[in-house]
Amino acid sequence: MLPLREHTHLLGLGLFALGLAVLPFLLGNEYYLTVLIVGGLNAILTLGLCLLMGYAGQVSLGHAAFYGLAAYTSGILTATWRWPVPAGMAAGIALVLAVASLIAVPTLRLKGHYLAMGTLGFGLIVYIVFNEATALTGGPSGFTGIPKLSVAGWRPASDRDTYYLVWAAALLLFLGAQNLVRSRLGRALRAIHASETAAASLGVDTQRYKTAVFVLSAGYAAVAGVLYAHYVTFVSPGSFSFHASVQLVTMVVLGGMGSLWGAVAGALFLTVLPEALRAVEDYDILIYGALLILCMMFLPGGLAEGAQRAARWVRALRRTPQEEAAP
Amino acid sequence: MSFVAQLLQYVITGATVGATYGLAGLGFTVIFNATEVINFAQGEFVMLGGMLAVFALRWGGLPLPVAVLGSVLLVSGVGVAVDRLTIRPLRGRSVISLIIVTIGVSILLRGGAMLVFGKDTFALPPFSSGTPIAVGGAAMLPQSLWVGGVTLLTLLLMKLYFDRTLLGKAMLACACDRKAAALMGISVDGMVTLSFALSALVGALGGVILAPITLTSYDVGILLGLKGFAACALGGLGNPFGAVAGGVILGVLESLAAGLLSSGYKDAVAFVILLLLLFLRPAGLFGGRRVERV
Amino acid sequence: MRSKALAVMLAALVMLAVLPARGTAAEPIRIGAIFSVTGPAAFLGEPERNTAKMLEEDLNKAGGLLGRKVEVVVYDDETDATKAVTAVDRLIKRDRVAAVVGPSTTGSTLAIIPKVEEARIPLVSCAAAKRIGDPVKKWVFKTPQNDELAVKKIYAYAQKAGVTKLALVTASDAFGAAGREELKALAGQYGLSIVADEVFGPKDTDMTAQLTKIKGTEAQAVIVWGTNPGPAVIARNRVQLGIKTPLYMSHGVASPKFIELAGPENAEGILLPAGRLIAEEQVPAGHPQKKILAAYIKDYEARFKQPVSTFGGYAYDAIQLIAQAIRNTRSAEPTAIRDGLERIRGFWATTGEYNFSAEDHAGLTEEAFVMVRITKGAWEILK
Repeated sequence: MLPLREHTHLLGLGLFALGLAVLPFLLGNEYYLTVLIVGGLNAILTLGLCLLMGYAGQVSLGHAAFYGLAAYTSGILTATWRWPVPAGMAAGIALVLAVASLIAVPTLRLKGHYLAMGTLGFGLIVYIVFNEATALTGGPSGFTGIPKLSVAGWRPASDRDTYYLVWAAALLLFLGAQNLVRSRLGRALRAIHASETAAASLGVDTQRYKTAVFVLSAGYAAVAGVLYAHYVTFVSPGSFSFHASVQLVTMVVLGGMGSLWGAVAGALFLTVLPEALRAVEDYDILIYGALLILCMMFLPGGLAEGAQRAARWVRALRRTPQEEAAP
Repeated sequence: MSFVAQLLQYVITGATVGATYGLAGLGFTVIFNATEVINFAQGEFVMLGGMLAVFALRWGGLPLPVAVLGSVLLVSGVGVAVDRLTIRPLRGRSVISLIIVTIGVSILLRGGAMLVFGKDTFALPPFSSGTPIAVGGAAMLPQSLWVGGVTLLTLLLMKLYFDRTLLGKAMLACACDRKAAALMGISVDGMVTLSFALSALVGALGGVILAPITLTSYDVGILLGLKGFAACALGGLGNPFGAVAGGVILGVLESLAAGLLSSGYKDAVAFVILLLLLFLRPAGLFGGRRVERV
Repeated sequence: MRSKALAVMLAALVMLAVLPARGTAAEPIRIGAIFSVTGPAAFLGEPERNTAKMLEEDLNKAGGLLGRKVEVVVYDDETDATKAVTAVDRLIKRDRVAAVVGPSTTGSTLAIIPKVEEARIPLVSCAAAKRIGDPVKKWVFKTPQNDELAVKKIYAYAQKAGVTKLALVTASDAFGAAGREELKALAGQYGLSIVADEVFGPKDTDMTAQLTKIKGTEAQAVIVWGTNPGPAVIARNRVQLGIKTPLYMSHGVASPKFIELAGPENAEGILLPAGRLIAEEQVPAGHPQKKILAAYIKDYEARFKQPVSTFGGYAYDAIQLIAQAIRNTRSAEPTAIRDGLERIRGFWATTGEYNFSAEDHAGLTEEAFVMVRITKGAWEILK
């Protein structure tokens, strides 16, 4: 393989992890840990969605449904039926994987707009069920009393512990995604994205790969969902609406659809932004819309492309004096 | 109230709402016929139709007919703006890009409406006052007659437009084959803009005739748009008559489900039907044009 | 490329670190407030927010509390329970408030109760459900009248009017669900039987299906339990379908917005329980609440140029109660405020007379309600 590149990307990841580890001690107020925890959950979500949208080229406008299904399942199992938390979490993830496998089969036969509408419809049906199945889910007012996080016998004692747990999970999943992208599956996905017919003619089993990525991305959302449920100890349908799915898509688009780092950057940026702009809270919906449009029009590669362009520009600046010096 | 009367009531209410789904679906169809693009912002045109009329009355003190017509025309203008500013620059881009842009437009329109008009719910006065009309034990509002009449008229005009006029046929030509149409001297860009204008007009019409019955607020667009798409899919994408018929059928099915099964899951009916159609019979009930399947 | 993306991310994180942090409790006494200023419950939250800000100014003009300035930090939960949870987190951890007022809705209140209990900060809710105060939770109080009291008031009136068969139409949210429980539990006591039990979603725009079903029953009265816009839609649908059965509503619609939304012709004749604030001119001069109500109305309408609302009164009462507790215990520590609240007796405010105790954190009786009829677009107190 390519050992040098392998090392640089791990170095990048390591630096990032170090930064994350040190950050809690730099923050002025414990409240910001809450924001970063949500940022970590969003990063897990966007990583999964990025694999689906960026690498496999499939649109999903109902991804928040998987997030919610896992959260509600684990929440209900542990609160109403008193399952132990790790079992509930596992069950939540398993259920989402099963549901995703089931709907992947008919959905992924659709293309383009039809796929988008199909995922949107699915997302809305799940949202309506959350709202209506009041006996099970608590209805529009939500479901309280979910027991706190507990993984392999260890319980996070404070927000800081939860922060480390969530980001450790995020980094692990990031590594997993990177390995996937570099593997045979990843190359097959990119081929499918470029041209499905060409890939099929080359012997790539397109249905199987698309289904695998769809289910995997749902799995990522499920991990985020179970962590969310036991961290906030409260879930309500409002967090898993069409608006939430659109926010996720915005994060992926903003970060740059073909870039995993971009996905994390997009997630963090759009999680931190509302906090920084608390004064103009009401305008966040306008900002999302404008971001989507402007991004698509001027910076389709998102922050990742922006970073690349900036790097090239800096390099170009550095080169000119040397060129001038040379005769 | 006898069971038959109850059924009749459900059908009347459902058909009335369904007409708006149909008009929204008609809007989708018009744009699709010209550009092969599904405009996710269609629902917002429907919302703006009702909302602008409400505020034309409130802030401008205009008489109802002027407010209604003015609102519809204004939304048509918004449609043109959407095309010129966001769709035209992205000509030829991937499907995903267009989908994301129209979603962005829909969010922007909704956010704008929220900031300008607030998050409240609003009522529009009915076009003609009058007590409900008794129809075999069920009650029908005079506004329902308006809804039916306007929808049928619009449908008729659309049919004439696409079948008989040169402009309409030119629009269809663009959807069939852009390059060929351009070679024939048709201004494809102009056709696209016109299709957006028409689609926004039709959508706004749907919104404004229904607003006196169901109230209106800044966020009614999402559901109405989606149900409009379901109406399209039901009738066969690309088929204007199918879109409206699909809408009415959808509205009636929804209303019957609410009355006979459970009122809470009423909204889910449209989406379950949509999913079933996409999976099993993408050509819809009346057969549309080409369908994108792998 | 990747290291540059990294740089972007670190920049985002640093942005966070640099954000201003509210330090530990400084001089002013901070009271947190969560109201549904926007969203479907805006008719509750907006007057509540206005009232809270108005009182903040009034208290400071009068010299503050314990010689310290009073600061009311208001967050909008947008009628979303999840946002209420994030808001209370912010109030407790970032703004370090001594007490919390609100939220406006039952759903949001229930969602944040675990958080305030864990943080040991007193909460004075502006939401109606009996379950908020019963069973009594150490740190939770409420100012609106219990839905149980509202139901009793309606049933007493209906019984006198000779009603024996009822139809219920309740919202599926926490407020509606709580009301439905009370309606079903108390019907027998007043000789009433429920012949129809329909439910609607808080955001539904068409209830003709439910009303059509009710039209087919022998109900002599219809009781609707929910908050705007649902009941307004029902009022319209009822006229649409030509139903003449008397319509009762909960105190959740006791606001001018309801009449506006339903349309005065459709709201004509609706009966509901409400606080005296809604028709202060009709309150007799000797009544203990008269002066307080008149002063509140004058102050609010002068400042905001809008008619006052009974819901704003919930916030008024909540803040005045906390202020009184602080004065009584001469301390602004959360535990002291809580103890002070629990010991308040005979406190007259806009909603009624509050008598708290270790067993009663709701404080009001049926006396806090009057039965009201909507006549020609205005409120008429019935004898």
